[in-house]
Amino acid sequence: MSDGSVGPKDTAHPPLRGTGDGAPTRLETSDAGTAGLPADAAPDKVAIASQWQLTWWAFKRHRLAMLGLWVIGLLYLIAIFSEFIAPDDPFKQNRRAVFHPPQMIHFIDRTEDGIQLRPYVWEMDRQRDPETLAITYTKSGEKIYLRMFGPGPEYKFWGIWTTNIHLFATVDPREKYFLFGADRLGRDMFSRIAYGTRISMSIGLVGVAISLVLGIVLGGLSGYYGGRIDMAIQRLIEFTLSLPTIPIWLALAAALPPSWPIYQQYFVITLIVSLVGWTELGRVVRGRFLAMKNDDFVIAARLDGASEPRIIFRHMLPSLTSHIIASLTLAVPLMILAETGLSFLGLGLQPPAISWGVLLKEAQNILSISQAPWLFIPGGFVVIAVLAFNFLGDGMRDAADPYGH
Amino acid sequence: MIWRFILKRLLYMIPFLFAVSIVSFLLIQAPPGDYLTTYIAKLGESNEVLDQASINNLRARFGLDQPLYVQYFKWVGNLLQGDFGMSFEWRQPVSDLVWERMGLTVCLSFATLLFTWALAMPIGIYSAVRKYTLGDYIITTIGFIGLATPNFLLALILMYIGVVHFGADVGGLFSPEYKNAPWSWAKVVNLIEHLWLPVIVLGTGATASLIRIMRANLLDELNRPYVDTARAKGLSEWALIMKYPVRVALNPFVSTIGWVLPNLVSGAVVTAIVLSLPTAGPLMLQALLSQDMYLAGAFVLLLSSLTVVGMLISDILLVLLDPRVRYE
Amino acid sequence: MPQIRMVTDMNKPIIQIQDLTVGFSMRQGVLDVLHGVSFDLHRGRTTCVVGESGSGKSVTARTILNMVPRPGVINGGRILFDPDGTGTVNLTALDPRGREIRDIRGGRIGMIFQEPMSSLSPVHTIGSQIVEAIRLHRDMDKKAARQMAVDLLAQVEIPEPEKAVDKYSFEFSGGMRQRAMIAMALSCQPDVLIADEPTTALDVTTQAEILDLIKTLQRDVGMAVMFITHDMGVVAEIADDVVVMEKGHVVEQGDVDQVFSAPRHPYTQKLLRAVKVLEEPAPAKVRALDDAPPVLTVEDLSLHFEKREGFFQRVTDVTKAVDGVSFSLRKGEALGIVGESGSGKTTVGRCISRVYDPTRGKIVYGGKDLAHLNATELRNSRQQIRMIFQDPFASLNPRMTVKQIISEPLIANRICAGSELEDRVAVLLREVGLDPGMMERYPHAFSGGQRQRIVVARAIALEPQVVIADEPTSALDVSIRTQVLDLLLRLQAEMGLSFIFISHDMAVIRYFCDRVAVMYRGRIVEIGETEQVIGDPQHAYTKALLSSVPLPDPALRGTRQRHRYRPEVA
Repeated sequence: MSDGSVGPKDTAHPPLRGTGDGAPTRLETSDAGTAGLPADAAPDKVAIASQWQLTWWAFKRHRLAMLGLWVIGLLYLIAIFSEFIAPDDPFKQNRRAVFHPPQMIHFIDRTEDGIQLRPYVWEMDRQRDPETLAITYTKSGEKIYLRMFGPGPEYKFWGIWTTNIHLFATVDPREKYFLFGADRLGRDMFSRIAYGTRISMSIGLVGVAISLVLGIVLGGLSGYYGGRIDMAIQRLIEFTLSLPTIPIWLALAAALPPSWPIYQQYFVITLIVSLVGWTELGRVVRGRFLAMKNDDFVIAARLDGASEPRIIFRHMLPSLTSHIIASLTLAVPLMILAETGLSFLGLGLQPPAISWGVLLKEAQNILSISQAPWLFIPGGFVVIAVLAFNFLGDGMRDAADPYGH
Repeated sequence: MIWRFILKRLLYMIPFLFAVSIVSFLLIQAPPGDYLTTYIAKLGESNEVLDQASINNLRARFGLDQPLYVQYFKWVGNLLQGDFGMSFEWRQPVSDLVWERMGLTVCLSFATLLFTWALAMPIGIYSAVRKYTLGDYIITTIGFIGLATPNFLLALILMYIGVVHFGADVGGLFSPEYKNAPWSWAKVVNLIEHLWLPVIVLGTGATASLIRIMRANLLDELNRPYVDTARAKGLSEWALIMKYPVRVALNPFVSTIGWVLPNLVSGAVVTAIVLSLPTAGPLMLQALLSQDMYLAGAFVLLLSSLTVVGMLISDILLVLLDPRVRYE
Repeated sequence: MPQIRMVTDMNKPIIQIQDLTVGFSMRQGVLDVLHGVSFDLHRGRTTCVVGESGSGKSVTARTILNMVPRPGVINGGRILFDPDGTGTVNLTALDPRGREIRDIRGGRIGMIFQEPMSSLSPVHTIGSQIVEAIRLHRDMDKKAARQMAVDLLAQVEIPEPEKAVDKYSFEFSGGMRQRAMIAMALSCQPDVLIADEPTTALDVTTQAEILDLIKTLQRDVGMAVMFITHDMGVVAEIADDVVVMEKGHVVEQGDVDQVFSAPRHPYTQKLLRAVKVLEEPAPAKVRALDDAPPVLTVEDLSLHFEKREGFFQRVTDVTKAVDGVSFSLRKGEALGIVGESGSGKTTVGRCISRVYDPTRGKIVYGGKDLAHLNATELRNSRQQIRMIFQDPFASLNPRMTVKQIISEPLIANRICAGSELEDRVAVLLREVGLDPGMMERYPHAFSGGQRQRIVVARAIALEPQVVIADEPTSALDVSIRTQVLDLLLRLQAEMGLSFIFISHDMAVIRYFCDRVAVMYRGRIVEIGETEQVIGDPQHAYTKALLSSVPLPDPALRGTRQRHRYRPEVA
């Protein structure tokens, strides 16, 4: 190095590196950009696959999420067709069936005529212990036969069509069966749960819809405009998150007059419940918007001359939707749990409304549940629904960005 | 540097507490009518009728005839002097009613927090380090179910098991002989003996989510280049995992106090009602149902303040733990 | 006699890698990433392992320390380590968690990694991390170890080592962090130092300093160095021996002079050719007329970023990203802007395209000041001044087809629609060398080079006058780099485009640009004809920059003086 040559004649390229402002370079160009995409799809199919197809392919590989999807699908089927699925009127009291235990449906019928495929349950007889006055049920040995799409109590489907066809009905309309047992008034638990599914599952959806509006509007404003608006909304989110939800809900719900009609209660409870969901969603939307605002492809769209609404709706939102849907899915179980908790405490929906929480309120009495543990069954539905939504949401979150590197 | 941060953070709490007080006050005001309406209705049930003059008299005595903001400032002004007002229903100063219950609530919440951490940290670490083993799958499954089970359902199930299989009522925080006894060492021991059930009930959900957080954080950190650096130094596997990735993963973990505590305080309300614990929950519920506004307001305010304090603690811990936060 | 002993030791390799096979077990089966790799490392010599990403060079390095990343497994071969010429240990046979290998890691074989930021723990001080490395292998109390850490930091030329020892890694710059890493790796005077792309994340001037440091230390300590890189320039700069790897195979190895002067394997030849092409201006270049009128004039352009804090958004700090930049661009000319990270070159480009609003100054185009335009005027000027981005993965919306992406400017500016639009897109695709039949595909179906062609097609769709190309080739492999540059040159000649070409890479600038402006900390320190600036730099910073660029010819090693630039203003 002693001869002080003035300057090098030859230069070589310095190594791969980020741009002037420090963004690290992270790509290789030796192969096509299809790495990380499913190998089972033909390359041509992948080449023209839209984001939804890619997301679906990624999602399908998530087995628990698929299970969650099936379970949720089933629950919503019950919610939609609850009158049809419920064998009985959920409000019908039956003094002779107080705390009637659950009956298993059997399908293979062994009679003297041989083996037949038809559903039946064992009939139960009710006895009262003469000393303790405790009621017990024992098998009478008689079978109650069931049939599909048979006539049962009359109902108005969706409040519109009057019919009496049920999914499962007893062959003899005078008989009854209790798949999940009966409560302290002899009402059929299965029918009540089917009706409760409608309210509990839909509160989740409606609540999420309200949070969605709040979250997208506030989060979007915060992320897109930044500065002082962002500051204020951020503080609002922090503040909301720091509040203990249940005392606040209780206080809000306590303000509701119990004399309100069910639909009004339903709406206000949903509103209260959704007050918790929007913060998380707002944070997701804000974070994504902030990050994406300076993404090269958004800047490119701006330089292309696209208008602000076009940039937001055509370029930014499509990248957000899958993330938003995943966050929404994860927010639904929170709403379901919230409604259940409130109704359980007697501050949510009030009887005669039926939701899983209202049903669980019946299980509050330790004497009742020690006598009729099947009162816990609505709790099982809550747990299964929440689990299924969590599995589904996790899978969707993992699949939300099929272009991950 | 740290002291400045803590001071700043303390100042920052003031607007938060102010907002909390407004929210509490508005919530109390939200029900149609006020305490007097309820009171008159109650008297009406027993065929007593108050004449307009005495109603007005009562109204003035409780300050109910003044505009809302006057009532608010009066309320806050008294609060600052430690006066939470009178409970209409109990005809006692609110402060006499709330403190012991709040003390037990704080005790329960922090015991649960400790329990949650003590359990979630090692399990989370195990689950991350032994990713995709049988142990990890079992932990993940239990965790998911724990997350999906509402506190009150778990409480009910445990009570059911207690009653049906052990014939014992497992509710409450004290044995009957200590319930109304003055505080003594024996009463504290008795409290600890009873505390485990509510702690488990309350802690399950939080533990499950903290395990998931710890596992996810640690899995992220385990792949960082600095772990390789430490390994290339010749550190043993166990020592390097504990010293580096676990240490780094601890920081976001600590900041979870901020939201775990509000959840615990919330959960404690419901659980306490089911297990009939002498904490804030049941009394607050009762106060809300009878629109005993000063009592309910005190509870909402104190419970919310508790979580704000929790956020403060988690922020301070984070600053002590993470030099990056200090540097900013 | 000790000297003779030394000679025999020198001839015997310290590490022999023999027929090493490493596989990753995947769901579909075992995928081999190393196929029978063999080479030796020698005391006192630097062996450069060179290859592109995915060639298996990093895996080889980690296997030496028996640190194969999961789910990798060593399927065959051995690594013989002979630290003092007395006997060998097979490193691959040791328990990867056992005592023996741990004594070797950090004790006999030190390693430094690519990312200086993430390779150090963010929550421990530099000192504590070095002290730990020392105390793991030496019986030393904390105080003595700390003193040794300070000495090591001084040895790697970190200023104020007494203070630096108590700092955290994020308080250091990238170069300083890498120095700290080196200090840590050297703490136990290892026999072998493995450096895995230690300068890839650094600026070229910092890279030169780190390379100098490694060279000096190696001379002083006499250790064997295994240096992994993908950069032939760096190889020419420091290697004694070269090992070329491609897709898990060693395709060529030998003495550095021999590999550079007479490469045998086609892959080595390809790598060298790609570097050589960029040694001079492009042959196909059409130069702008000397008296061509200026199309764009920038006067005193400045952009200050303000850091705001607190609820009232007080300004607490001001960064002068661009600080009084002036230049003019002639019609048909390619003006290069070169500088290192943080020099403000990208910001200048983004000010001109009005992604950022400049704080001060004028940008005159077509008689109007772009810095003060209303929305309609801005839309018009953006049709004529277009931009090409660095990262062809980030600048294409993955959720839109190629057709949608290229037609976006045409639709947004209401230039054409319907079947006319489709024809136009087809023409544009053909123009940039892509098959129009692929217009219904999404960007993920294209390679990096193809994507950059799509970006170019979008840029020229509106038949602009000026194109701002912001590091258009730095995300691409060397061989593809020249293809994209040639495409831009052709378009420049056909359409009479003027270019502002932003790059950190002098070679690319030399290939493409008529004139070059050298930026440093927000200012232009030198501007002139490219060949003239390169041949006779005037400003001290330009000299430092040019003298730091590694020469891709080992024969020229040591023939030039290294300049360092240390401005007084911090």
